[in-house]
Amino acid sequence: MLEIEGLSTGYGRVQVLWDLCLKVEEGEFVALVGANGAGKTTLLKTISGVIKPWSGSITFLGKRIDTLHANDIVDLGLSHIPEGRKLFTDMSIKENLEMGAYPKRTWKERRETMKWVFSLFPRLEERAGQLARTLSGGEQQMLAMGRGLMSKPRLVIIDEPSNGLAPRVVSEVFDILGSLHKEGITILLVEQNVRQTLATADRAYVLENGRIALQGSCTFLRESDHVRKAYLGL
Amino acid sequence: MNIKRLTPARWAASGLLLVVFIVLSLLPTLTQGYLVTLLTDILRYVVLTVGWMIFSGPTNYMSLATAAFYGVGFYIAAVFNGPLPFVAVIIIAGAVSFVMALVVGALTLRLRGVYFAIFTFALTLMVTSVVLEVERVVTGTRGRFVVTESTQTAYYAMLIVTIVTLVMAVLIRRSRYGLALQSIGQYEEAAAHSGINVVLTKVMVFAASAFVMGMAGAIIATRRTYIDPGIAFSLNTSFWPVLMALFGGMGNLVGPVIGAAVFTYLGELLLTRFPDLYMLIFGVVLILAIAFMPRGIVGLAEQVWGKIRGGRGAPA
Repeated sequence: MLEIEGLSTGYGRVQVLWDLCLKVEEGEFVALVGANGAGKTTLLKTISGVIKPWSGSITFLGKRIDTLHANDIVDLGLSHIPEGRKLFTDMSIKENLEMGAYPKRTWKERRETMKWVFSLFPRLEERAGQLARTLSGGEQQMLAMGRGLMSKPRLVIIDEPSNGLAPRVVSEVFDILGSLHKEGITILLVEQNVRQTLATADRAYVLENGRIALQGSCTFLRESDHVRKAYLGL
Repeated sequence: MNIKRLTPARWAASGLLLVVFIVLSLLPTLTQGYLVTLLTDILRYVVLTVGWMIFSGPTNYMSLATAAFYGVGFYIAAVFNGPLPFVAVIIIAGAVSFVMALVVGALTLRLRGVYFAIFTFALTLMVTSVVLEVERVVTGTRGRFVVTESTQTAYYAMLIVTIVTLVMAVLIRRSRYGLALQSIGQYEEAAAHSGINVVLTKVMVFAASAFVMGMAGAIIATRRTYIDPGIAFSLNTSFWPVLMALFGGMGNLVGPVIGAAVFTYLGELLLTRFPDLYMLIFGVVLILAIAFMPRGIVGLAEQVWGKIRGGRGAPA
């Protein structure tokens, strides 16, 4: 579904990603873990078209997307739920969700889609008229996820959804990711919470200094000495 | 928050609006002279303020290029009015401003915050110099004469442009582009993630707002017999709409309309009564208004109304 080959990019003259290859098959739940500054967010931003690659290719559903604008990529069915929520804080929850359905393909069906999103996040429905900034951290993350789902994506790439949340809320977020996956949505998850991530995803990549250091099934990675030492503190 | 239903209050508001427009359209048959001129002036600022707010209100991109687009309208009128019918001149003026804004927008709307404001400000100065130089080198003149139109013709033209502007503003606000503009103002990167073509949306709406500014310029120019770059591109034209929108309140469209009307009238009043102290008094009024009515006249009215109704639902 998503295929990245030989991808290099960076900011200005600073290279962040080095000749990176990554693949996500339809229906998979793939995780990308790594320390701060490894390049995880940069990779996601490059996939969704916010940052342009220096070299290499990104293919989504058999189509090259590395030259497309961010909005066209959303239109193809790839939704990026950004790190730190990035909500429209002075707009209502309903308006935030409506913005998620902005592509023409999904705008007309936004009411039905919103019902589906509300069924995933009942608390958002109760507060539909409230301004986004009045929500708690957990609810804001739910809203960010709901907004990302409003474009009816086939692939969701989601950046650090557990960031800054209480442990109980983190489990809730992971539960929701699990149920999205069951609904047939392909997921690429970036996380620092390695333990929970490896327990939820099918397969994972370990990113270190802008290069893929390790990859494999989550069971395999949990057993690997390197991951145990560096990320699980065992 | 923005649920549109036809409540009794909405019917009343629409009725009131209709009455206002009927009165405005019959006015020149009832009275002549000063009142019509004053109203033309008020409508001009309604067009400029609402036009400015269509773009700068929701996006938080502070444009100071109003004078550039408005002044282009002046020069179009000076060149074409007479040889071409007045209606055509107005439309050409709008179209030229539109195209200019497309080009300028495509080049500069990547700048954010204060950089955008400074650039648009400089744009006005640049256009002024270019026109001055062209006049000096090419035509060897300074300024131009304009074929004038009657007070009434100018008034009706301005009324129509005002209606066009208001309708455009309402349509944009209610469409998904309205929400898109708002979300660009709140979080541009997230707006792009939501599937909005951020650059295209900004540029098109910026150009649409320039369109009405250019038309207003062409109409007002025909009330002057002589124009030069200093008159056409007066920097005040860039600042007044911003102040009027702040003064009236930016929460909805009523605010800038009231702001423009009150401001223009107040300006006239002070200018005739206290010609020497005019700017001083005006400045003090403005500072007080911004200090004590952060949400403008409309915000203040809502607050007062909330208190009258027993403090319930008073927006903070």
